[in-house]
Amino acid sequence: MTSNAQQPNRLSQGGRIDRSRKLSFTFNGTRYQGHPGDTLASALLANGVDIVNRSFKYSRPRGIVAAGAAEPNGIVQLGSTEAGQVPNVRATQQALYEGLTARSTNGWPNVQRDLMGLIGKLGGQFMPPGFYYKTFMAPASMWLTYEKYIRKAAGLGRSPNENDPDIYDHRHQHCDVLVVGAGPAGLSAALAAGRAGARVMLVDEQEEMGGSLLSSRENIDDAPATSWVEKTLEELSELEHVTLLPRTTANGYHDHNFVTLHERCTEHLSDLAPSANGRRQVRARLHRVRAGQVVLASGAHERPLVYGGNDVPGNMVASAISTYVRRYGVAPGKRLVLSTSNDHGYRAALDWLEAGREVAAIADARQNPDGELVEQARSKGIRIIAGSAVIEARGEKRVSAAKVAKIDIAGFKVAGPVEELACDTIASSGGFSPVVHLASHTGSRPTWNDDILGFVPSPVKGMTPAGGAHGVYALDKVLEDGVAAGSAAGEACGFSAASVSQPNVKNLREGAAVALYQVPHLKATLRGPKQFVDMQNDVSSAAIEVATREGFESIEHVKRYTALGFGTDQGKLGNINGMAIAARCLGRTIPEVGTTVFRPNYTPVSFGAIVGRHCGELFDPERYTAMHQWHVENGAEFEDVGQWKRPWYFPRKVNGKTETMHEAVSRECSAVREKVGILDASTLGKIDIQGPDAREFLGRVYTNKWAKLAPGRVRYGLMCKDDGMVFDDGTTSCLAENHFLMTTSTGGAATVMEWLEIWHQTEWPELDVYFNSVTDHWATMTVTGPEARKLMSELTDIDLDKDSFKFMDWREGNVAGVPARVFRISFTGELAYEINVQANYAMHVWKKLFAHGDKYGLTPYGTETMHVLRAEKGFIIAGQDTDGSVTPEDLGMHWAIGYDKPNSWIGKRALTRPDTKRTDRKQMVGLKPKDPSVVLEEGAQIVFDPKHAIPMPMKGHVTSSYYSPTLQSGFALAVVKGGHQMMGDTVYLPMADGQVHEAEIVSPIFLDPKGERQNV
Amino acid sequence: MFYILCPYCGEHREEEEFHPKGQAHIARPADPENTSDDEWGDYLFFRDNPRGVHHELWVHAVGCRKFFNITRHTVSYEILEVYKMGEQPSITAESLASAEKSQGVQVGDGGQQTVGASDSAAKDSRGTKV
Repeated sequence: MTSNAQQPNRLSQGGRIDRSRKLSFTFNGTRYQGHPGDTLASALLANGVDIVNRSFKYSRPRGIVAAGAAEPNGIVQLGSTEAGQVPNVRATQQALYEGLTARSTNGWPNVQRDLMGLIGKLGGQFMPPGFYYKTFMAPASMWLTYEKYIRKAAGLGRSPNENDPDIYDHRHQHCDVLVVGAGPAGLSAALAAGRAGARVMLVDEQEEMGGSLLSSRENIDDAPATSWVEKTLEELSELEHVTLLPRTTANGYHDHNFVTLHERCTEHLSDLAPSANGRRQVRARLHRVRAGQVVLASGAHERPLVYGGNDVPGNMVASAISTYVRRYGVAPGKRLVLSTSNDHGYRAALDWLEAGREVAAIADARQNPDGELVEQARSKGIRIIAGSAVIEARGEKRVSAAKVAKIDIAGFKVAGPVEELACDTIASSGGFSPVVHLASHTGSRPTWNDDILGFVPSPVKGMTPAGGAHGVYALDKVLEDGVAAGSAAGEACGFSAASVSQPNVKNLREGAAVALYQVPHLKATLRGPKQFVDMQNDVSSAAIEVATREGFESIEHVKRYTALGFGTDQGKLGNINGMAIAARCLGRTIPEVGTTVFRPNYTPVSFGAIVGRHCGELFDPERYTAMHQWHVENGAEFEDVGQWKRPWYFPRKVNGKTETMHEAVSRECSAVREKVGILDASTLGKIDIQGPDAREFLGRVYTNKWAKLAPGRVRYGLMCKDDGMVFDDGTTSCLAENHFLMTTSTGGAATVMEWLEIWHQTEWPELDVYFNSVTDHWATMTVTGPEARKLMSELTDIDLDKDSFKFMDWREGNVAGVPARVFRISFTGELAYEINVQANYAMHVWKKLFAHGDKYGLTPYGTETMHVLRAEKGFIIAGQDTDGSVTPEDLGMHWAIGYDKPNSWIGKRALTRPDTKRTDRKQMVGLKPKDPSVVLEEGAQIVFDPKHAIPMPMKGHVTSSYYSPTLQSGFALAVVKGGHQMMGDTVYLPMADGQVHEAEIVSPIFLDPKGERQNV
Repeated sequence: MFYILCPYCGEHREEEEFHPKGQAHIARPADPENTSDDEWGDYLFFRDNPRGVHHELWVHAVGCRKFFNITRHTVSYEILEVYKMGEQPSITAESLASAEKSQGVQVGDGGQQTVGASDSAAKDSRGTKV
């Protein structure tokens, strides 16, 4: 076979690529060509690109090592435009497309001439394990500075600086049987479960389904394995209840068989999603699947051997060689040395030879290799050096030779003379590690199996492993195992097994493998050439040995000290080798050392897929009141209160200039105090409470008394938790003897509702009472100010006489021709009417009020003005002025505590605990800054002695603070230790900028202390 | 994410529909005024944190709004049973232990930070997430 000038390593025939078409792509600024069916990695190898990256820590040149998800080096930054930048893409998993643009994530100025490699990153050649902790921890304040440079030096890729224009989807699905992996086991399982009638989802992370069969040497039913794949996929695609998802990675296996799938819909076509029928296609989709049963057919990763210089470009895992030759028609070199501990590795040498390349030798760690594949190699005249291994790869930017020697595995030493074999490629196989990652996500601990020299998944409820995922590797056994797993999963979902005939596969006689992980060298591990265990994180065998010498015995500590298996790698190639080395150093067995936890996600998932459509205006639902459109049309600025959009203030244009918030709020405050204002208060929580025991229930959940509240009356109430701390407040109106309407704070509506339910359902189920949220049913508008009665009298048939409709009364009647409930409650301290009407009438009533209100100066106001007005009156906002550590007494609200009520209401007992009786608790007070122009910062700490040495004893903090246009001064509410006994005292508020504000402790009621204005 | 059978609705629903409300079967002392500060403090602040079977109170918050109980294994997260308010669990740590003793099987025991390690090696090795 001859090579092609443009793609020197491309074989003239073979592979599953489309040679009739060429695709051009750019890597590190150079244009290359490949074919449809290539991955970026296979195309780079075809073009003879050896170095794809510089390593994370030591800046060593690195090449492609593997052919799939386990690839540690070929991690690239993808994207030809800024918006299309994608970090962390494995070149081995990225399908090639026309115009693909990729760059190495490491290397400056480029991967060929890396200056950092010469000087050693961060100015030191020697970077020991734990170097983060050792070098950069002191002083702690500098960590952020160090980290920035470490990150830059580490080159972990970068996120785009522009918005992603693509669309991503979420899909929530159920299925009976989810089969993860479409290799021989997965396909068989899907066929068995699908034929049985189960709803099956078959997912596979690769471009094509078929797994190992796509590069297999073996025949199924006397035909190439790929024909069986095609036939099986054809049948599966015809089964209506079977869904095939290629390019879809099962990334997380969560509780109760909840599996997240990441489907890449267009990432094999272009950077950004292409359009179809004039619409941008969905780029990626996150499937959230609740599966009845999961068949884990995720296969196994081949373990490379750990020898000196095993990271020099040209070193690869053996099965990757086979994949590149057989699937992609690429032989990434001329002359191969294979180092293996088992029969499987021989496939690489045979495939290499059949591709017309030279095999220098096979170094087999076994003394007497014996198996059918070994025989085949012998019969083809390949030199087999028994009892030996590659102990060191020579070369800098590409392998130039392999040092092979006899080794004594048990004694961990080189046992014979070293022979140097010229070669440009070294393949190694240390056996296979089942991909137990997903099973581990559930918390299940994998179990070491000595027969297969690997960890296998432990039982997970609702999960059946099949094939390589639990150490079954021989093809005939894998196919059988898949059928059994698929049938069992189907049966667990209630489908009786269908017949699936076993395809005819020749059973290969296999010689036993030997356990070999780290290969001994002539020099001790700490002195010999670097042997890499985890190439993505640049962890060497020496680093693990150092970690164990420094006392790190737990594999979890070794992991954190060395970074073994960190990040996006999650220990795919290196973990078992790392554990084996730790075990050797500690004199333990691998099962004694254990493995670290593999965590979701198996491979990186783009944020776009995680977010789906939940971005922009769909990020969170927005709740609008019935008058929202009016607020928009009248220029309101909005504030988010929970999910509600509430008008914050209504800036006006004055002489062509829009008012600032300060100006608007001053105007709105004056309007309420002097004329009349209106607030949309619809967002307040409203709970309708009915039942013969409703009154009794209120008496138990509120701190004050409810026994005598007559129909037509309203009362303010405080609610505590059973620890005596205030958690919400509001008014409750008696609508009828057994019928009440409770209001809650806007943010507390759902919490209070659940609170009432939990006490009723779990503690007092004998009480006959019912709760319903009616927040959205009623719109609420507060008309408040001295002119409120005049305005109301023009629109309602309710008798507004101050003696018949008093403060804290409510009346039913018509307002603007609409049935309404009107409540005389006031959150401003002014005369106020809260009008409740059915929400769909609200806009009509609101507009009528304005039609009549103009002449009285009716002014809409928002939440900011509401806050100023209520704070001037010392009215609290639960959650702002309270924080779960404030009792009613701390608030000075003794009047709202019914200590003599007959029942032990919620919170009562706790109010007599020693801590709640302390007199030096933080108590609610008002603060008047000595300089009236100062508006104290909310959250500012209060001290009594500003000259006290730092740290000063902190005596309290500001909870609410505003500028009052009425008082013409800043003012604040605060909690201060023992504050109730400190009226008139001066306190100090030292600020971050060095200023110290002075303030006087005053009553929290700044305006109209007797409450005359609201009573008129 | 849990898949929870609401005993009132009779259907499995996603965890998003539910709120956990802490340990189940916490009885408020019948006569709070004659309860000592210590007893009241226990009722308010102290909860079990078992490794294994745990009885929990949940509410089907965006479903039927009913409170109910779940018996859950805090290591495997398996929900062993659900039962209505006022009912008692049929599975407890004691009943499960004796059932397993008689059947000779072990409790599902995943979820430790170190997986695969033998017990002695695992005990000293609970790291943080990376």
